[in-house]
Amino acid sequence: MPQALDRLSETPSQTAGPYVHIGLMPNFVGIGGVYGADLGGSLLTDRTRGERISIAGRVLDGAEEPVRDCVIELWQADSRGLYQGPSEPRGAADPAFAGWGRAAADPHTGIYRFETIKPGPVPFPDGRLQAPHVSLWIVARGINIGLHTRMYFSDEQAANAADPLLLRIGNAARIATLIGQRTGNVLSFDVRLQGADETVFFDS
Amino acid sequence: MNDVLPNRPSDGGAFLPRDRAWHPRALTPDYKTTVLRSPRQPLISFSNTLSEMTGPVFGHALIGPLDNDLIHNFARPGEAAQGPRIIVHGRVLDEQARPVPGALIEFWQANAAGRYRHKQDDYLAPLDPNFGGCGRTLSGEDGRYAFRTIKPGPYPWPNRTNDWRPSHIHFSIFGSGFAQRLITQMYFEGDPLIPHCPILGSLTDPRAIEQLIAPLDLAATIPMDSIAYKFDIVLRGRRSTPFENRLEGN
Repeated sequence: MPQALDRLSETPSQTAGPYVHIGLMPNFVGIGGVYGADLGGSLLTDRTRGERISIAGRVLDGAEEPVRDCVIELWQADSRGLYQGPSEPRGAADPAFAGWGRAAADPHTGIYRFETIKPGPVPFPDGRLQAPHVSLWIVARGINIGLHTRMYFSDEQAANAADPLLLRIGNAARIATLIGQRTGNVLSFDVRLQGADETVFFDS
Repeated sequence: MNDVLPNRPSDGGAFLPRDRAWHPRALTPDYKTTVLRSPRQPLISFSNTLSEMTGPVFGHALIGPLDNDLIHNFARPGEAAQGPRIIVHGRVLDEQARPVPGALIEFWQANAAGRYRHKQDDYLAPLDPNFGGCGRTLSGEDGRYAFRTIKPGPYPWPNRTNDWRPSHIHFSIFGSGFAQRLITQMYFEGDPLIPHCPILGSLTDPRAIEQLIAPLDLAATIPMDSIAYKFDIVLRGRRSTPFENRLEGN
């Protein structure tokens, strides 16, 4: 027998279930008084630097029905392309920008919405710049392990065409599933879990 | 913005690849809701960029004094949630067995009768007016965490004609990078419903199921007060050999 590697296995994922809001957004489902406010409800303050945008859309299942019980988390760089926190080696991000947010789909319409700023570009490991993007993580009943995707911006065509990750996907129709469509300051971004236009999900 | 910042590798390093075969597959038809909610295309794999290596950080200012006490954090003054009083404790570690300090852990659960405080839950078991069902805490410098609650009850759910969830507590954990984000469920040693649960059955390796079962920890009980269960959580580890993080061509 060779030596043991002495590594642990990651704790296996389990679905967040239909009552995920109780744990992550209790005020949203009427459980008041435990926390002052639901965590991740606001990314911005009046002093946040950058261009204000909204990101809104729906997560759709294989029958084109909105996933009304999903919770989505967003993680993005600030307007200069810096992430919050100590794992960012290039400098301090805008202290008035959280970088992370959490939103629930509306229980009737299934629409989620984030009020944020447009992120700056962030480097790929080989030094090339990635196109501006936000990372999204989606959990719900029937999703056994959180789904990781990204939204890129329709008003960044040149940067998108040179993005190292989008280039790796190659297939133009699949890339299109990752592009939020900009109208004014609103980015419209639907996520499709299945079907001909299934959104690209990542393993990273 | 044109003031693009210089690219330097993160001291944090990339995460070890996730073993997707250890986790549940997206499509597990015995858990019927997965049929319409499971992606069918292969995931696109890529090595971590800063977007995955970084992640939100939460401080102690976030945590209120009763956030880790579900027996009291929703109860009326002087009252307490009903049910078997338990302590759940353990460590947050990474795959290299190093403690993960400052990890935000959020938890939620049904009450002792198996009923959630949620308008979608119409199980006939009663709500407990003194139980909300949510809590949170941060792991310490040594990765340790603990909270106090009542043992949740099992409950039936609409899946096959007679499916019952074993008693469980949902956990959401943040490490230091977005790629470590994890939601899971903790089960209780000895629960006879465990082998029948199609959600646990989404795991194909019996050792993965065992990793989610918290043993009774008699030594950590508080006599005449609370029984204890131990639940360690393992997050993805960061690479740590001296050859990491070199840019291509360097």
